[in-house]
Amino acid sequence: MDSITKVIRWIDYRLPFFSFIDHELRGYPTPKNLNYWWNFGSLAGITLVIMILSGIFLAMHYEPNTKEAFDSVEYIMRNINYGWFLRYLHANGATMFFIVVYIHMFRGLYYGSYKAPRELLWMLGVIILLLMMATAFMGYVLPWGQMSYWGATVITNLFSVFPFGESIVEWLWGGFSVDNPTLNRFFALHYLFPFLIVGVVILHLIALHQHGSNNPLGIDRKEPRDSIPFHPFYTVKDMFGLGLFGLVWAYFIFFNPNFFGEPDNYIPANPLVTPAHIVPEWYFLPFYAILRSIPNKLLGVLCMFGAVMILFFLPWLDTSKVRSATFRPYYKWFFWGFVIDCFILGFVGAHSPDHIFADFGNLSNQTLGQLTTAFYFAFFLLALPLLGIFEKHKPLPKSLSEPVLKKSIIVLTLLTLSHTCSAEDTPSIPQEKWSFEGPFGTYNREDLQHGFQIYQQVCSTCHGLKHVRYRDLAALGYNAEEIKAIAAEYKVEAIDEDGNVIEKPATPIDTIAGPYKNEKAARAANNGAFPPDLSLITKARPGGPNYIYALLTSYEEVPPKEVQIAEGMHYNPYFPGGQIAMIPPLNSGVVTYDNGAQPSVNQMAKDVVTFLAWAAEPELEERKRMGYKVLIYFAIFTGLMYFLMKRIWARVKD
Amino acid sequence: MTEGTLKPQSHKPTRRDFLLLTASAVGAVGTAYFTWPFIDSMNPAADILAQSTIDVDLTPIPEGQAITVVWRGKPIFVRKRTAEEIRAAEQTPLSELIDPEADQARVKKGHDQWLIVVGICTHLGCIPTGNKPTQNRGKYGGWSCPCHGSLYDTSGRVRHGPAPLNLSVPPYAFLSETHIRIGTDEVTHG
Ligand code: FES
Repeated sequence: MDSITKVIRWIDYRLPFFSFIDHELRGYPTPKNLNYWWNFGSLAGITLVIMILSGIFLAMHYEPNTKEAFDSVEYIMRNINYGWFLRYLHANGATMFFIVVYIHMFRGLYYGSYKAPRELLWMLGVIILLLMMATAFMGYVLPWGQMSYWGATVITNLFSVFPFGESIVEWLWGGFSVDNPTLNRFFALHYLFPFLIVGVVILHLIALHQHGSNNPLGIDRKEPRDSIPFHPFYTVKDMFGLGLFGLVWAYFIFFNPNFFGEPDNYIPANPLVTPAHIVPEWYFLPFYAILRSIPNKLLGVLCMFGAVMILFFLPWLDTSKVRSATFRPYYKWFFWGFVIDCFILGFVGAHSPDHIFADFGNLSNQTLGQLTTAFYFAFFLLALPLLGIFEKHKPLPKSLSEPVLKKSIIVLTLLTLSHTCSAEDTPSIPQEKWSFEGPFGTYNREDLQHGFQIYQQVCSTCHGLKHVRYRDLAALGYNAEEIKAIAAEYKVEAIDEDGNVIEKPATPIDTIAGPYKNEKAARAANNGAFPPDLSLITKARPGGPNYIYALLTSYEEVPPKEVQIAEGMHYNPYFPGGQIAMIPPLNSGVVTYDNGAQPSVNQMAKDVVTFLAWAAEPELEERKRMGYKVLIYFAIFTGLMYFLMKRIWARVKD
Repeated sequence: MTEGTLKPQSHKPTRRDFLLLTASAVGAVGTAYFTWPFIDSMNPAADILAQSTIDVDLTPIPEGQAITVVWRGKPIFVRKRTAEEIRAAEQTPLSELIDPEADQARVKKGHDQWLIVVGICTHLGCIPTGNKPTQNRGKYGGWSCPCHGSLYDTSGRVRHGPAPLNLSVPPYAFLSETHIRIGTDEVTHG
C-alpha cells in the first residue's frame, strides 16, 4: 500500500470524504437508459458555478450606488482586463441558466419525475426556480439602466396588492421610490441568493440520490443490470453535453452578446421617464403575460404568483400512477400542448397588450393572453387530475433492459420569439452595410478617423463621450503624440494649489467630457432638449447603427402636410414622434477630410456612425477574435468527447 | 452489482486510452485558459496602468527640503539636498551601512542634488518624517520612521533600527533640468 493510499485511508476513516465521492459520484448506480434530456441537470449545476464565479469577479469592480452603478458597469466593459468577457459571460449566463433549467423541468414534466417517491425532489427544484427568479430579477437591476430601474419599480409594485401593500413596498424600497437603498440591498441579496441556491441544490441532490434518477420509461429499476455506474458513463456524456452547451453560450458571448438584452438598458436610469416599451427578460415573459391578461390587478398578481406556486402541487394534481408520457397516449398530447402554450404566453408577453395580430383574424393580444392563461391553469387543474382517472395507459415494459430508447438532441431555435417588438409609426429602418458587422467584421480605420473628425467638429459642440478616454483613440490608429495633442485641445477642471477651480488641458487618461457642466445647462442651451452622451448611443437605440445613420440622413426641410412641427423642432421621420430638437448636424461642406475630400452627407453619416459604434463597443474586434478560438476549442472538445463517449458506451449492452 | 450489464472489457486498450488522454488534456488546457480572464481581471485596469507615470516640476522645491508626490498610490519623496547633505552621503563608508549602497548609485549622474525615493519605510510600511527641516530627521539627517524608530540618512539609506533595506529608488528620468518623469527609466519625447 503506497503512502498516498495510506493518507487517504487515514482521512477517510475520520472524515468519509473519499468514500462519499466514490459512492455518490463514481459508483452511484444510474439507470442505463437516460437520454440526452437528462444532461440538463448537470448543465444547470455547471452554469450555477460559472455564474457564481463570474459574479464574484464582477462584484470586485461593481459600485452599488445609484451615482456610480451605470458607469462602473461601463468601466468594467472598457477598462478592466477581460471585463467585457466577464460581464457578457454573466449576462448571457442568466439566459443560459434559465434555458437549461426550463428544459430540465419540462423533462421532469414529460417523464413524470415528480411522482412518488420524488415529490420532495421536485419541490426543492421549484424552490430553486423561485430563488433563481429572485436572483435574476435583482441582478438585472444592478446595471442601473432604464430597464433595470423600471423593471424594479414594476416588480416591487406587484406587492402593493397584498394587505398592507403600501408598507410592504416601501419596506422593499427602503424609501418612497426605487433608489439608492433599493440598489444597495438588491446587490447584497443578489450576492447572497446564489449561495442559498447552492444549499437547496445540495438538498436536491441528496433527495435525488435517495431513490436515484427517474428514466425515460418511468419504471423502477428491478435488476442489477438495469443500472450502470455514473462514472465513466454519465460523466463522459455530461462532458459531451457541456461541449455543445459551451458552443451555444460562447456564440452569444462573443458574437451576439446583446441578443437577449434591451437597448434601453444602455440608457442610465431616469426616474422621471419610463421607456416606451417595457418588457421583462424573456424568461419572465410567460408570467408577465399572465399578469397582464387579467384585467383585475389583485387577480392578475395572484394568477402570476399562482402560475409558479401551482408547480408545488404538481405531484398531487397528477393522479396517474404511470410516470413516463411514453405510455400515456393522451397526456403526451396535453404535455406538448402545454409546452406550446408556454411559448405562446412568452410571445404574448413580448408584445404590447393592445397589439392586434392582423394575420390571425384580428386576434387581440389580450384575448390570446387570456386563452393561453386559461389553458395554462386548465392543464394543471383539469387535465392532470382527470387524465389520471380516465386515461388508459399502454402496457409498461417489465424492466429497463427490455427496450432502450434512442433520442436525439433538438436544437434550441425557439428563442427568437421575444425579439419581435417593432416600432409603431416610425418607418422601418433601412439596413446599411457596415465594416464591423457580421462575424468577421472589423472597424475600418479610415472611417473611424474620419468619424472622429466629424465628432470633434460637429457632434462635440453638444454631445460628450464620457466613457471614452483620449488614450482609447489609439485604437483608431493615432500614436501617443497625436493623442496628447488631441487631448490638449480640450479643457478639464482641476483644483490648483490654492484651492481654486481652474481649467487645464486634458491629458490622455481623461475622458471625453461633453461641453455642458450639467443637465440643466445642457437643456437651457438646447431648447429644453438634453443631448445624450454618445458613448453608448449605437447600443442604446433599437436598430443600433442603422437607426443612427437613418436619423442623420433623413431630415426633411418641409414636413408632410399633416405633421405640425413645434417651434425650434425639426422633422425627422425616424425619430420617435417625428420631431427632434437636434438641428440637422451634417451638411455638405461642414468638414474637409485630411485628403482634401469634401464628403457627402451620407458618407459623413457612415463615418461618424462607424466611429460611434466603435465608441460603444471598443472591444468588438478583440471579442470576435477570442470568440473564434473559443468556438474552435469547444468544437474540438465536443468531438473528442463524442468519440470517447461512443467507445465507453460500447460496453453497455442494450 | 453493476458489472452484470457490462461486456467484459476488451483488451485493446490503446485507442481508448489515447482518446481518454487527449480528451482529458484538452479539457485541462481549456479549464486553465478559462481561469485566466478571471485572474487577469484582478490586475490593474487599463486606465490605472495608463496613469503609471507622472511628471514633477522641481522648481518650487527649496534646498534642504523635500516634497511628497503620489505615484501609483505611493508617496514619493523628492528632495533637494544641500551641499553638506550630499557630502555626508557620499563620504559615509559602505562598511557602516546596514544595506551597503553608494550614494552615486542612488541619484542620477550630474543631478546629485536630487534624491528621489519611495517614502515607505522598508520595515512595515509606515511613512517616515523629515521632508521639512522642522520635522524629526533623526541623527543621520535623512528621515526617521515614527513607527518603530528606523533612521535613514541623506541618501535615504537605512542606518538604524528594524528596517532591513534602504528606501527604494523608483524608476525616473530627467526630462529637463527642472522636470522629472517618475515611472519610467527612459524619456520618450513629449
Ligand atoms: S515601519 Fe518604520 S520602523 Fe517599523
